[in-house]
Amino acid sequence: MNRDIVFATAGFVAVVAALASVPVFAGPYGVTLMIGLLGYVTLASAWSLFSGPTRYVSLATVAFFGLGAYTVAVFGESLSYPLLLVVAGLIGLGLAVVVGLATLRLAGVYFVIFTFGLAELVRQLVTWYEVNMTGTLGRYIFLPVTPEGIYWQLLALAALTFVIAWAIGRSRIGLALKVIGDDEVVASHCGIDIARVKLALFAVSSVIITLVGAIQAPRWTYVEPSIAFNPTISFLTLIMALLGGANRLYGPMLGAVPLFLLFEWLSANFPNHYSIILGLLFIAIVFVLPRGVLAFVEEHWTRLRGNDTRAGKGAAE
Amino acid sequence: MSELLTVSNLTKRFGGLTAVNDVSFSLAPGEIVGLLGPNGSGKTTVLNMVSGYLAPSGGTIALRRQVVSGLAPNRIALKGVARTFQLVRGLPSLTVAENVIAALAFGKRPLWGSAAATEALACLAQVGLAHKAQQSAKDLTYIDQKRMELARALAAEPELLLLDEWLAGLNPTELLTGIDLIRSLRSRGITILLVEHVMDAIRALCDRCIVMNAGRKIADAPTAEALCDPEVVRAYLGDGHA
Repeated sequence: MNRDIVFATAGFVAVVAALASVPVFAGPYGVTLMIGLLGYVTLASAWSLFSGPTRYVSLATVAFFGLGAYTVAVFGESLSYPLLLVVAGLIGLGLAVVVGLATLRLAGVYFVIFTFGLAELVRQLVTWYEVNMTGTLGRYIFLPVTPEGIYWQLLALAALTFVIAWAIGRSRIGLALKVIGDDEVVASHCGIDIARVKLALFAVSSVIITLVGAIQAPRWTYVEPSIAFNPTISFLTLIMALLGGANRLYGPMLGAVPLFLLFEWLSANFPNHYSIILGLLFIAIVFVLPRGVLAFVEEHWTRLRGNDTRAGKGAAE
Repeated sequence: MSELLTVSNLTKRFGGLTAVNDVSFSLAPGEIVGLLGPNGSGKTTVLNMVSGYLAPSGGTIALRRQVVSGLAPNRIALKGVARTFQLVRGLPSLTVAENVIAALAFGKRPLWGSAAATEALACLAQVGLAHKAQQSAKDLTYIDQKRMELARALAAEPELLLLDEWLAGLNPTELLTGIDLIRSLRSRGITILLVEHVMDAIRALCDRCIVMNAGRKIADAPTAEALCDPEVVRAYLGDGHA
């Protein structure tokens, strides 16, 4: 078993190192594409940290993402870059704790609607502030960060998210999350403080999402609320995580990579029908693969093998 | 006498319906007490309030003289109360062993890793389920799910165990095994409050019975006496039989 961990660690380090060398041979388009791809891989993985096991479908992704981007836009001139990321993370943490304390008692569709409303609320608040206080809706971001720099930062964040997800899966808090996802009544009777576990995970997930927004912000040069708080980002994150399977370590990544490439291709080739195709795809995924590709494959695999063993068992009894 | 559980004037109202009305009783350490009554008399509601699942509308519940009513279930669980549910509540996405580890990992004396795995197997062995430890909980039969639920409750090392119709639905052989199992728990010093309809089990296990009807306590006496009480007979069988 220890040997497995050594192999997995070596493989993981090798993959990260290989990805880190991509800017050396890929052109500017390649780097741009990889930035978008890594951004969504990280978003989907961070989303799944909380929403996978608890089955709380959050549409607040873009609230945190946009907040990160806006933090960079607002403080970009006055703070040094590393400090900027720290401040963005702290702001994300603050919002996550406030929102978490207020909403994690909600369940099911109420939570979904609340988080969607939250994203809109944050967008409208920022718009109101910009229009009434600063008098200008858009902001420019001029930071001396190269695309390669952004790429490497996102890669580091993606790797960190992956390690966090792996560590949580093996820890007591990971088990607590699974129990909560299965049956909250049983969870509380086992001695699990449900509110605290959910809040902790929501905070971790939200801070990572905020950082994705903050790191990617300099790519845009110009932001306004409708760009930074575009709800499509929430929906894409959600559907990527669901496609891969939000309960599996590799799930969000397996969903994010093909879907991101597909969306890139669609938006390049069918710019006018993009939204329609996107909507149809959402419906198809939810209907055909409600629990993700990985779960689907696993089920069919065990069913194929299960038929043999079940036949044998029946004969024995 | 130091009482383990003291329930005083416990009341629960759901809107206009008073499900539990001014019920008081107490359990001494090591007792096995049956909580009986016709359907809808408020037995499960009493258990739900003791375990913290429901907050009482009135009255208090105390464990060793410490008031626990109104606390969340996880706080009460840490004070030594464990339970099973009338409709079995397994954790379907986990294995049988993990179902038990869920109680071990967050209990009074948290266990994790190989210590938890070993202890979970020991708990499952007590209920005769050790050989299915690695199976998925959703593949278990109804009886095995009940066993697993009991193992999970025992893993919490409770002082007070609440069993809600745990023996219901067992066949005669399984019933005997189940009765022996519950009796063996008493020798470990666990106090048990059980809601049950299986009279054989009640006669075999319970020193004392508390009988409820329409939310009120109508009898609280040694088992044989309580079952002959005219008011209890009337509650179950009607006026003609009292």
